[in-house]
Formats: sequence, C-alpha cells, structure tokens
Amino acid sequence: MTLADLNLQPTYAEIFVLGAACFILLLDLFLSERWRGLAATLSLATLVGAALITAFVSGVDVRVTAFNGMYVADPMGDLLKLFAYAAVGVSLLYSREYLAQRQLLRGEYYVLVLLALLGIMVIVSANSLLTIFLGIELMSLSLYALVAFNRESGVAAEAAMKYFVLGAIASGTLLYGISIVYGVTGTFSLDELAYVLRQGDVDNIGLLFGLAFIVVGVAFKFGAVPFHMWIPDVYHGAPTTVTLFLGSVPKIASFALAFRVLAYGLGGAQEAWTDMLTVLAVLSIVLGNVVAIAQTNIKRMLAYSTISHVGFILLGILAGTNEGYRAALYYTLVYVVMAVGSFGMILLLSRKGFEAEELDDFKGLNARSPWFAAVMLMFMFSTAGVPPFVGFFAKLYVIMAVIDQGMLWLAVVAVLFSVVGAFYYIRVVKLMYFDEPQDTSPLMAGASMRLVLSLNGLAVLVLGLMPGGLVDAVARALP
Amino acid sequence: MVVEILFYAFAAVLVGAAVGLITSRNPVHSALFLVLAFFTSAAIWLMLDAEFLALLLVVVYVGAVMVLFLFVVMMLDINVEELRRGFTRYAPLGAVVAFIMVVEIINVVWVRKLGLELAQAAPPLPVDYSNTEALGRVLYTDYVYPFEIAAVILLVAIIAAIVLTMRHRPGLKIQNVASQVAVRRQDRVRVVPMESVRRPAQDERAAGEEGETP
Repeated sequence: MTLADLNLQPTYAEIFVLGAACFILLLDLFLSERWRGLAATLSLATLVGAALITAFVSGVDVRVTAFNGMYVADPMGDLLKLFAYAAVGVSLLYSREYLAQRQLLRGEYYVLVLLALLGIMVIVSANSLLTIFLGIELMSLSLYALVAFNRESGVAAEAAMKYFVLGAIASGTLLYGISIVYGVTGTFSLDELAYVLRQGDVDNIGLLFGLAFIVVGVAFKFGAVPFHMWIPDVYHGAPTTVTLFLGSVPKIASFALAFRVLAYGLGGAQEAWTDMLTVLAVLSIVLGNVVAIAQTNIKRMLAYSTISHVGFILLGILAGTNEGYRAALYYTLVYVVMAVGSFGMILLLSRKGFEAEELDDFKGLNARSPWFAAVMLMFMFSTAGVPPFVGFFAKLYVIMAVIDQGMLWLAVVAVLFSVVGAFYYIRVVKLMYFDEPQDTSPLMAGASMRLVLSLNGLAVLVLGLMPGGLVDAVARALP
Repeated sequence: MVVEILFYAFAAVLVGAAVGLITSRNPVHSALFLVLAFFTSAAIWLMLDAEFLALLLVVVYVGAVMVLFLFVVMMLDINVEELRRGFTRYAPLGAVVAFIMVVEIINVVWVRKLGLELAQAAPPLPVDYSNTEALGRVLYTDYVYPFEIAAVILLVAIIAAIVLTMRHRPGLKIQNVASQVAVRRQDRVRVVPMESVRRPAQDERAAGEEGETP
C-alpha cells in the first residue's frame, strides 16, 4: 500500500484545519497580551482557506471514498462543510467582543472551536461506524471544554458537568449499538452494512437491538425528547458565545450522523427506525413548543425551541424518501442560519458585566435601536415559520414530504404545535415593540458585529423571498 | 501438558488476585492486587502469542494507570467506612445481577457455545509470526484514519485539561528562576539610616518594665 492508495485529495480540508489548529495553538504561546486577537484573525483565515479548499480543490461531483473506505466525499458533505465553515466564522465574529470583555479571549478557545469543527467535518464525511464514533467524540470533547471555558462561573461548570456525564452515557449507548451491529453483520463499513441489509439475511432481533441503541445515541446528540434533558441547562449555563456555537453548528453534524448511519448504512432497516423516529419527533415537537412558553430566560426559551426544531428535522428524515432527506437537510441549514442570528442578538445586547439573558432585557428594543429590533423580528418570525421568511419554507417542505408518505396525522401535529410555538416567538416581538425599555443604555457592539448581524437578518428574509438558490443547492447535494 | 499446567496456575493466581481485590479492606492492598491481576493476565496473553498486547497491558496499565491509582489512593485520605455505610442496602440488587450474569455465562460457555468451537485451541502460528508487526500493519494502513483521529482526540483532552486547570489568578506564588538569578543586592537589601541617639524617656520606661517583671 502506498500513500496514493489512500486518495488524500478529498481530505485536504480536514488536514488543513487540523494543521492550522495546531499552528494557532503553538503560535498563541508566544504572543504577548497585545496580540491576543491574532488567534481570532487566524481562525477566520483558516475557515476561509478551508472553504476555498472544499469549494475548489477537493470538492467532488460524485461520491468518492478515501482512506480505504473510511472516508467519503460527496456533494452533500461538501455543502454541509461549507455551511459549517460559514456558521463557525459568523459565530466567531459575534463572539470576539463578548470574550474580550470577560477575559476569555484566549487562543485555546479558538483552537477548541476549530477542533470541534474538525470533529463535525469527520462526522459529515464518515463512511464507517468507527469514524462516526471518533468524530462524535472529537466534537463532544471539544464542546465539553468550551462549555466549562469560563472558570469563574459556577453555572458553567455545572452545565459542563451535566453535558459531560450525559454525553458520555450517549456515547456509550451509541458504541454499544455499534458493537451489536458489528457483531450481527461483521462490518463497520457503512457501504458493506447497506449491502448486507439489502440482502436481508441477517439476524433480525440482534440487529433491531443494536439499531435501537444507535437511535438512542443519535437522539441524545440531536437533543430529541426524551433524551433532551441536557439541552436547556447546557444552553443556559454555557457562556453565550459557546451556546451560539453549540446551538448551531453541531446540528449539521447531527443531521449528517442520522443521514449516514440511519438513512444510508441502516437503510435496509428503515421500517424499524421510522417508528422509533416518529415517537421522538412527535414528543420533541410537542414538548419543545409547550415548555418553551413557560421560560423567562431567553437562552432556555431558545433551547426548547431547538428541541422543537429537532423534531421537524427528524420528521423529514423519518419520511424516508429523497424528498424527506432534502427537506431535513434544508431545514437543518435554515435552522443554523436562524440559530446563529438569534443567539447573536443576545450577544449584541450583552455588554461588560451584563448578560442580556432574560426576556425582559429585550423590552423596548425598538426605542433603543429600531433596526436591530427589526432584525430580531425577522429572526423570530422566521423561527416561528411566518411567511415570507425562510423558516416558513423549511417547515413547508418537511410537512409536504411527510404528507407524501401518507402520514397526515404527523403533519397535523406538526402544524398545530407550530401555532402553539408561534406564541412565544411573537411574545418577544411584543416585548420589543410595545413595552417600555427597562434598560436605556445604547448598544455597544462594534461595526463588524452590527454589519454581520444585519446581513444575517437580511439573509433570513432574502432566502425566504428567493428560496430557489438554497433549494437548488440542496437538490444538487441529494440528487 | 506444561502449557496447561502453566495456564491453570496463572488462571488460579488471576482469580485469587481478583477475589483479593474486592475483599481486602485496605485500598492500597486492593490496588496492588489489581496489579497482580494485570500481570497474570498479561502472562496468559503471552501464552496466546499476543505478546504485544501483553507488553502493552504491563506498560500502560501496570506502569501508568495503576501507579496513578496508587498515588490517588495514598494522597486522598478516603474514609472507607463512610463509603461502605449503606452499601448492604444494594446487596439484593447486586445478588440478582450477579445471578443473571452467572446464568448467562453458563448458558454461553456450556449450553450454547454460540455455535463456535470454543474448546478448540487456536491453530499454531508460524514461528516467524510477529504479533506486533501484524497489529502495526493494520493500524498504519487500513485504520490510519481512525488512528489519526484518536490522536487528535488525545490532543483535545490535553488542551482541555490544561485550559480548565491552569489559571492566572493574582497572588499565585510562581517561581521565576530568571528573575531570581538576576536579582541585585540593592533590590533586596535596604539600608535604613538610624539615629544613634539614646532617648532618656525610653530608657526609663524600659528600666521600669524590667523592674516590674518578677
């Protein structure tokens, strides 16, 4: 075997990100306090470089495998990776001032974010149960450390501890499922697994047993009910910049995980996992939307909102058709855009010594900054699924895919609870426009953050008015 | 014949060490019993021609993990009696679990054998067969990608551990050797000019105190 047999070209982006993370890690040791910001700039440059490599050097039009079939590059993977770079880049841009004000602006933060991104890329391109598991561990371990990054905060330490313990249980469950599936089929490779299952000559009980554990692991990582208990506490306790990262980009990995393992590798057992996912999706949509109403902390409210969105993504996947997968992919991408923006608004209102975490902090935002009140309005309407914003189309495609499969009752449940959910999104709008501000200090955020957040808000509107571009990209990714 | 005697000898020591591990009251003794158990299982692996795994077990578990365990056990003053309080509450549950496991093991080993010829010895390996080389070949060719990711995971663990434990709070007494060496006399020694005039009032008071003391 030679190096050429490994077919390294599709993996250049991963190698580049790893190399850059190690470089930043070393360089940061020699930087004086005055040059602290350099790690942030270099991380953004890394993301741009990785995007260029994925788009122009290692991008593929057809499915290619590398590393003896452990790694797969396909158009869907490229699209997910490009979105992940963009989301991480935007989240880093939002984070800088917040971190600097809280003495958290250290090189390790950026290194851990880049390594978490690497884990996400590994999951997105995994073609073996082994690489999937290692990618999840790489991503999760970086995230645990990021959640606990603010050493002074007891709440953050508690959140990290909960996340770590529950994440370890989830990893163990997933690994248990993987080992059972390996025992039954004798292979880690998703290609061979898909082939074996299509032959239909496997011990069904054993396989279903393993599948159930894998579904539980996937649900944990998604944060689907009843495996959602960590989400509100972790979102609430983590520093807001980490919540922004945690709430957006890993969902891309979760989608890739569900698609690669369930839809592709275990596609032969679709009947079995459709039922399991149906339970998870319905519970997530119902519980997420209902419990979010009772929240007064906006980070917790958005956490429950995330749970309900996960339900929608699972709805698309459980439809089991190509339309369903496309709808789920589209929903995931749209969700990432909206989540980055919504958490970005919390960062915008926060300043040194003040966290804009409560819903009341949004009171009278219109009087303080009409433009950003409008941006928040766009995020909230889009997340609620009000046309013409992009969130509406995401929900529409998922519901269409479900109805095509004759699961009308699922569609009815989804629509009903979306209406319930609209209440708490619109409550934020009401607070911004019709209540007196409690806090009249002007917004302190810098120009770059204002610009990117404005563009993020406009993206929600423009993608909604002209949904063609993203829909085409998704259709190309999942032909 | 010799091989079988050796196997049963090692197996007996292994089981004895495992029993000692869970029955000894002193945690240090438990840790040392665990070391013995590791050593004997390494010997059994050696008899199965898995010399690389045997060496790894000794180097990693005995050499690193158990030494760490011993350190922790010796440094933390754990009150064993306090930990054991209420332990017997869970005894029925433990007995049930143990019973189920024993039944399962008997089921696998004697009753079903899982359709495999467990009792048969593995075919003898050629003389020049190297276990280490075989593992290395697979690890650095077929599984090089997972291997590298595992390495990155370890890197993350190192970074995370340092980030979460190292803090630059004020008042930390860190030794700076360079500045200690570069110190000059005038940095440390301060000559305070004092007047050498005796004040009569002070002398009187001192004398008075002396006089009062018995």
